[in-house]
Amino acid sequence: MNYSPLILSLKTATIATLIVFITGVVLARLISRSSFKGKSMIEAVILLPLVLPPTVVGFGLLYVFGKNGFIGRLLLDWFDFQIVFTWYGVVIAAVVVSFPLMYQSAAAAFQQYDQNIENAAYTMGASKWRVFWTISFPLAWPGLLSGFVLSFARALGEFGATLMIAGYIPNVTDTIPLAIYFAVESGNMEAAKFWVIMIVCLGFSAILWLNWWSKKNMMKHIHK
Amino acid sequence: MLVVDIQKQLSHFELNVNFSVANEIVVLFGPSGSGKTTILNCIAGISKPTSGIIQLHDTILFQHKKVFVPIQKRNIGYVFQDYALFPHMTVWKNIAYGMKNESFAKELMKELRIDHLRDSYPSEISGGEKQRVAIARAIATEPDALLLDEPFSALDEQTRLKGHEELLRIHKHWRIPIILVTHHNEEAKKLGDRILYLHEGKIHNDKMKADLSLTYSSSTN
Repeated sequence: MNYSPLILSLKTATIATLIVFITGVVLARLISRSSFKGKSMIEAVILLPLVLPPTVVGFGLLYVFGKNGFIGRLLLDWFDFQIVFTWYGVVIAAVVVSFPLMYQSAAAAFQQYDQNIENAAYTMGASKWRVFWTISFPLAWPGLLSGFVLSFARALGEFGATLMIAGYIPNVTDTIPLAIYFAVESGNMEAAKFWVIMIVCLGFSAILWLNWWSKKNMMKHIHK
Repeated sequence: MLVVDIQKQLSHFELNVNFSVANEIVVLFGPSGSGKTTILNCIAGISKPTSGIIQLHDTILFQHKKVFVPIQKRNIGYVFQDYALFPHMTVWKNIAYGMKNESFAKELMKELRIDHLRDSYPSEISGGEKQRVAIARAIATEPDALLLDEPFSALDEQTRLKGHEELLRIHKHWRIPIILVTHHNEEAKKLGDRILYLHEGKIHNDKMKADLSLTYSSSTN
């Protein structure tokens, strides 16, 4: 059995989720509670991949990162580096499709507690940075963590956009969802079954762990 | 001396107030939605007035188009209506968050009878205790002025009376300008050196405490 799909899936989903977590948290904190012109437009763009078919997202990514795409051409000319058909492409596809989930979770998490709790910290002389790390982040943490797990699950399960930008290259871009599809297509039902069971187990344990963790933590930390 | 002369457009009316507070307790008294909390928020730096000036002692905290000192730099204590204690920190960590001097903070806790709650979380203590923690937390920062937004409104009668005494005692020790928001008639009369009656964003009278017995018996809702 070749385990490369498992390793590749875990690697790309983990990297993608870390990127999505950091950018999602920062962006949600900056945007969600402020009001400015064009806010709805920005939020609509952020959430767009959630409602578009993954093939459209993949098409867009090819358009940007492909050999003739704006960024793709720059990377090729300057660094002789190509994203299409590499595992970087897998990561980018996973980032784009899972970002809306992280953003939504984080935005909700930052809105769910009383804003005066932060104001109280400011009146005590705390800097923005200190308030973020000692007040906002811990209070939003349950929501942020659930966003993290959801994004990870979404990144792990990404298929359409990945296929469009990274293709199916065994040992290079064959994530578990792609391995399942191509195993079935080539009639290798045993391999398909194995990967199906694997990804169901991964998803299931992620959700179970999240539920267990949040129950434990809600009781311990969030006293209201 | 805290000088407040501000205007701010609210959804139903324009807030337009002009008053000053020496080292005394001034009560902002008026019905819900009359702009009381907005005034406190402007003084604290949470909201920005449309125009005007706010000055604390020799420092201008806000001046239209010229000065806006951020909340963190104003050194004004604020006790919020729902106390806004940090739910994930113990009582001690709440108080220590902005304290200037540890022994003073500990003394304050003793004085406010909350020293035994040191390691409790806000969810584990009573309303009266929360209120005392919120006051201790604000005073521990050694503020130049103190704002209290209906700090006694969620308390039962007995706890409320104790709270009144404590506030008067704190003010005696710590002579700084204090603004107390309330819509409780007795409370206003008992605690305020002066009472400002606020209606739809305007102050309608500013009388000494002795004159108020008649005015306020009819204005409570």
